[in-house]
Amino acid sequence: MKTVVIGVGNAYRGDDAAGLAVAERVRVHAPELDVFVCEQEPIQLLDAWEGADLALLVDAVSSGAEPGTVHRLDATVEPVPAAVFRGSTHAFGVAEVVELGRALGRLPERLLVFGIEGTAFSAGDELTPAVAAAVEPLAAELLAEAGCTSTR
Amino acid sequence: MPERRTIKTDYLARVEGEGAMSVRLRGDTVEHVELRIFEPPRFFEALLRGRSCLEAPDITARICGICPVAYQTSAVNAIEDVCGIELPAPLRALRRILYCGEWIESHALHVYMLHAPDFLGYDGAIELARDEPAAVERGLALKKTGNEVLALIGGREIHPINVRVGGFYRAPTRRELRRLVEPLERAREAALETVRWTAGFDFPERAVECELVALSEPGTYAIERGRIISDRGLDIGAAAYDEHFVEEHVERSNALHSRRRDGGTYLCGPLARYALNGAALSPLALEAAREAGVEPPCRDAFRSIVVRSVELVYACDEALRLIESYEEPDAPFVPLEPVAGVGYGVSEAPRGLLYHRYRIDADGTILDAKIVPPTSQNQLAIEDDLRAVVERYARLGDDELRAVCEQAIRNYDPCISCATHFLDLQVERL
Repeated sequence: MKTVVIGVGNAYRGDDAAGLAVAERVRVHAPELDVFVCEQEPIQLLDAWEGADLALLVDAVSSGAEPGTVHRLDATVEPVPAAVFRGSTHAFGVAEVVELGRALGRLPERLLVFGIEGTAFSAGDELTPAVAAAVEPLAAELLAEAGCTSTR
Repeated sequence: MPERRTIKTDYLARVEGEGAMSVRLRGDTVEHVELRIFEPPRFFEALLRGRSCLEAPDITARICGICPVAYQTSAVNAIEDVCGIELPAPLRALRRILYCGEWIESHALHVYMLHAPDFLGYDGAIELARDEPAAVERGLALKKTGNEVLALIGGREIHPINVRVGGFYRAPTRRELRRLVEPLERAREAALETVRWTAGFDFPERAVECELVALSEPGTYAIERGRIISDRGLDIGAAAYDEHFVEEHVERSNALHSRRRDGGTYLCGPLARYALNGAALSPLALEAAREAGVEPPCRDAFRSIVVRSVELVYACDEALRLIESYEEPDAPFVPLEPVAGVGYGVSEAPRGLLYHRYRIDADGTILDAKIVPPTSQNQLAIEDDLRAVVERYARLGDDELRAVCEQAIRNYDPCISCATHFLDLQVERL
């Protein structure tokens, strides 16, 4: 079974880096997994998950929920809400890429999308404490989904 | 008393990054147009201070996910300028092939995913993909070829890590580079098809009247370096940029607006390059332009999508030509001895002129940096355009007017993430 973990975000924009941080933790725990990091232009995700049985995608979101809240949805059965997954700086966001993939029949077998609720997205910000605290538990959840046992 | 109407759009999608634009109308007269920008744009200039000049290409590549090569190239041009480095021909060729890859990627994204839906009456690329999957797949394939060029020469697709001051960390072999030939030949065919496709769209009317500014290099379509010229006689080296162009801080915006020092508005980007350097395009690109009925110069703002498509043909053609004649360099880079002073670098980002200036000390530490992205330079021209478009189409209903405004903004492929955040479009009718 081919599994890919995808972290989306911008390392220089505060909580927008949450998806990258989770992907990095997954890489540390499970070096054998395919981990793909997307720092901005996300249309390449169509290639990143091509042929995957399971793709686990993490991005920062801004929906008004408590900071650090993790949203989870199965994008293979429900649409990704564009109003939520638009926290990133790119206009063509994760929601649009998923829907573009759906329109073209280019989604992986199963696509789980995780959104970490952020609050600070300005250039130069660090991850806020609530978001930083959500990173490790979400990495563990992804490893469980991918069928990996954490090595540390 | 003219009727009052207010049109408000909360979010203008399909530009790179996000920003805000508002228009106020009294009857059919436009009273006010402004492009507002919320992001602190000077963050990266501050970040660069105190860092080694060797880090400039890697740090500035992070400013934009769509045009990292442009940022890297203007940065290395500036540092090489102050240190007095000249690159041998093979390294220059690699730099230009890499830049062609970025043009292919960026133009394919803009033409197919961001702009074409406007002309065809779709909300966006997703709706277009449902009705015309073959067209969207063609755009995606083109974009992917651009990515492949970046991955092979740049080391990875986004934020290439192989670029350094003086050249590259590792230069590809002839054999490695030849792997790009087949994808680029296919991309060139797709690009020709793109010219035919976009030339068949219906175009609203708007002629650009301001000064056109682009880089120029004898005998070629300038991309990765050159002198700065205009259609009104400007001809200067990068070092004279600050004498001729000023950035003004505008109250409503965190970004700076550029204008000519004499006060004039100017435009850079595909239309300017095409008007000033069109004769230097390859025969194939010129033939495609002729068949499409958009021979250079073209001042028709909405036909910029066709011009971008012609540039796609050229970028494929030029990359293939350079790969064909590539000779492996003796060394992947020219070693650098830092020299205290000020260096200036320019290049043609997909959306226009990108200027960098660095002052470094004798050990190569950056003392200060100035970066002027193309979207800051085009901001006033975009506002002028929007004003003219609103005046011309003021009689349209609110939704149609909003649509043509968004389409007009996208004529310039504004990379607002380089200069800004959130773009809302607000049309207020008094």
